[in-house]
Amino acid sequence: MADVKIPRRDFLKSAGAASAAGAAMATGIAACSPETKTAASPAPEPEIRLTLTQTEWAFISAAVDTLIPADELTPSGTDVGLVVFIDRQLAGAYGNGARLYRQGPFLPAKAELGYQLSLTPREFFRAGIAATNEWTTKTYGKDFDRLSEAEREEALKVLESGKPEFAGFSSAMFFDQLLTITMEGFFADPIYGGNKDKVAWKMIGFPGLPASYREEIKTYFNKKYDKPPQSIADFS
Amino acid sequence: MATTLKEVDAVVIGMGWTGSILSRELTKAGLNVVGLERGAMRSPREDFAIPSIRDELKYSNRHELFQDTALETVSLRHSRSETALPIRRLGSFLPGNNLGGAGSHWNGATWRRLETDYVLRSHLTEKYGAKAIPEGMTIQDFGVTYADMEPYYDKFEKLCGISGKAGNLKGQKIDGGNIFEGPRSSEYPNKPLARNLAASMFETAAKNLGYHPFPQPSANASEAYTNPEGATMGQCVYCGFCERFGCESNAKASPNVNVFPVLLPDPKFTLRTHTYVKNLVYDRQAKKVKSVVYVDTRTGEEYEQPAGIVILGAYVFNNTLLMLVSGIGTPYDPATGKGSVGKNYCYQYTGSGTTLFFEDKETNPFMAAGAFGSIIDDFNGDNFDHSGLGFVGGGHISAGLSNGRPIGTRALPPGAPRWGKEWKGATAKWYNRWFNVDGTACDYAHRENYLDLDPTYKDALGRPLLRMTYNFKDNNYKIGAFLAQKCGEIAKSMNPTVMTEPRYRKGDYDSRPYQSTHNTGGTIMGSDPSTSVVNRYLQAWDASNLFIMGASTFPQNQSYNPTGPLGALAYWSANAITTQYLKNPGPLMHA
Repeated sequence: MADVKIPRRDFLKSAGAASAAGAAMATGIAACSPETKTAASPAPEPEIRLTLTQTEWAFISAAVDTLIPADELTPSGTDVGLVVFIDRQLAGAYGNGARLYRQGPFLPAKAELGYQLSLTPREFFRAGIAATNEWTTKTYGKDFDRLSEAEREEALKVLESGKPEFAGFSSAMFFDQLLTITMEGFFADPIYGGNKDKVAWKMIGFPGLPASYREEIKTYFNKKYDKPPQSIADFS
Repeated sequence: MATTLKEVDAVVIGMGWTGSILSRELTKAGLNVVGLERGAMRSPREDFAIPSIRDELKYSNRHELFQDTALETVSLRHSRSETALPIRRLGSFLPGNNLGGAGSHWNGATWRRLETDYVLRSHLTEKYGAKAIPEGMTIQDFGVTYADMEPYYDKFEKLCGISGKAGNLKGQKIDGGNIFEGPRSSEYPNKPLARNLAASMFETAAKNLGYHPFPQPSANASEAYTNPEGATMGQCVYCGFCERFGCESNAKASPNVNVFPVLLPDPKFTLRTHTYVKNLVYDRQAKKVKSVVYVDTRTGEEYEQPAGIVILGAYVFNNTLLMLVSGIGTPYDPATGKGSVGKNYCYQYTGSGTTLFFEDKETNPFMAAGAFGSIIDDFNGDNFDHSGLGFVGGGHISAGLSNGRPIGTRALPPGAPRWGKEWKGATAKWYNRWFNVDGTACDYAHRENYLDLDPTYKDALGRPLLRMTYNFKDNNYKIGAFLAQKCGEIAKSMNPTVMTEPRYRKGDYDSRPYQSTHNTGGTIMGSDPSTSVVNRYLQAWDASNLFIMGASTFPQNQSYNPTGPLGALAYWSANAITTQYLKNPGPLMHA
């Protein structure tokens, strides 16, 4: 297999537009439209990371591009803002353990009893990314984001199966959390940084807001509803 | 030390459906009532407004309106031999918080129980013999009958402006309604909601197979409505943001829309938010609750509120926890079967059924009400002959998507991957072309399923967590297999392009995937103080001025969503308090 180098700065470039939205949020303008930002600033902007380290940013970029690859349906995971989304989620209340019962003792448990680690989501992703990179280094000789597209796909499938042994939690559990937060970003309202330009909603035909179908429930019975989707930002 | 406040006529713990109804009925009877709510104020105009309320991530995935598990949760184990661990993040069920409780973010499915449900043990014993009730099944009669409840169902349905179609009006069976229901004194206050493709196809298929489909009775108003209290509801807009969300159209019945607008201005009512009740102060000699101790969550200060009447209207878990930590009644012991507080914890056995995919249809799942769709009750309760089946009980079977919110509601045919290019293609193709045929089953009490205090884990107030010892039993799995087969037959008759193999839950109870917020039991009602916590009027056997509301009083759970039955019970109990208890305070029943 050819050793395809994917320099990190390429990720930085593709993440530039989304980072602009990140910058806007940091200054309190959460609902700005990413497209207009891109148009107004053609030069790639430096990525703005709220919590992810540079290595973690590269890992998440490579992961979301493998989970949501670019094709005729949508641009890639990074290009629709998923790295920005995940960075913000992990930096915020959720990432820091809001609504998570965190009293010990923390004991090993059957899966049906749910999450039993002492780690917040932020800490869990830190540990999971480090463990995955350690495993890919052992298996492929390099960090996950340095693998070729085919290798990344293969690595995620192995991770999904839970085969690699991680300390403290299963690799399948890390994969599940990675997939969950990726899908959250892909399908959530664009105000959170992912689903840029409502690409995921357009892909499936989810109309978003205002979601008022008093008449349409009858007039669109077994008919495709093809109105362009609208987001919370469009009504703010 | 707690600051002792001036005694009031009545204190009501919990400002959800039952707490708001009891507060309203008691103030109408002339009592000064204090309402305690551990959460914050929630007003539909401020908190449930467009566009912010249409935020799936915030409300559905990040649990904006639910109980904060960082502060309080329950622990879980599957059997007595295991160590329970805390449910650290909500999943399987989603109890509410804040004014209106779970009543502000439910879907609105509003049922009446079957006549036989109220006399379950007697009925099954009489019809099939005592041996038909499986070993270990601790089902009981309620101590009230459907006929007792009927006027109060009627009252609750009118409070909520329920949309539906009667199937039994004063004994006359009506085609198109649920012909298995008990006799109703009046038609539903609103006509049924519109039907989507899934409901319409299911209805036709069920009819063709000789079943009796009817529209889901729903607290989503099909028309603008003014209830007998004078509170007004808007018309449902089928937004598909119902369960887990507040309603921006005021079209979903909730305490916030249907009760508080008339209760809050009443000078006899005082609402105190951010009041987290720690314990009840019990006078064992007098067999009365003297007062309620609560913490103001904003300051951490403790207050003791003495009251003539105490209404415990929290969720199932806190009702049971408060009885246990306050030392009222006898805790249930599964080893001996003695004691009653914590007994007969039940849940809901969901997830039997199949998913259908249609290449040539557009199901538009995002155009939906919360309680929506078409249902058959032909295989519920004892509506069918159980001879030789090897199980008791059953469930209802339904179709009609309640939302198309894209993070949570997507389905793919068997064999499709979960991510990558192929996943994207399949998701784009099938998102708008599927629905489920689902069986939702009862959960009949078992002597090994119960609630008590956890020996290790504590809540934010330093009290033990409530410990849930629970698992599905053989009776559940047998119903599951039976309903899955029926769902499969109905589904197949609709000729889907693809359908999944009919499924039912086979493994241990799993706290992670959402199943239902239909937890029941722990402070059950009945006729015998040795096997129940409250009498037929919901008055505690061990404290005559304490009345316990809600699904914690159900001796076992039917397949039906609990809100209709608990709403009726709340009005029934309120009537007993205002017409009997106030005249002569003391036990309304003698053992």
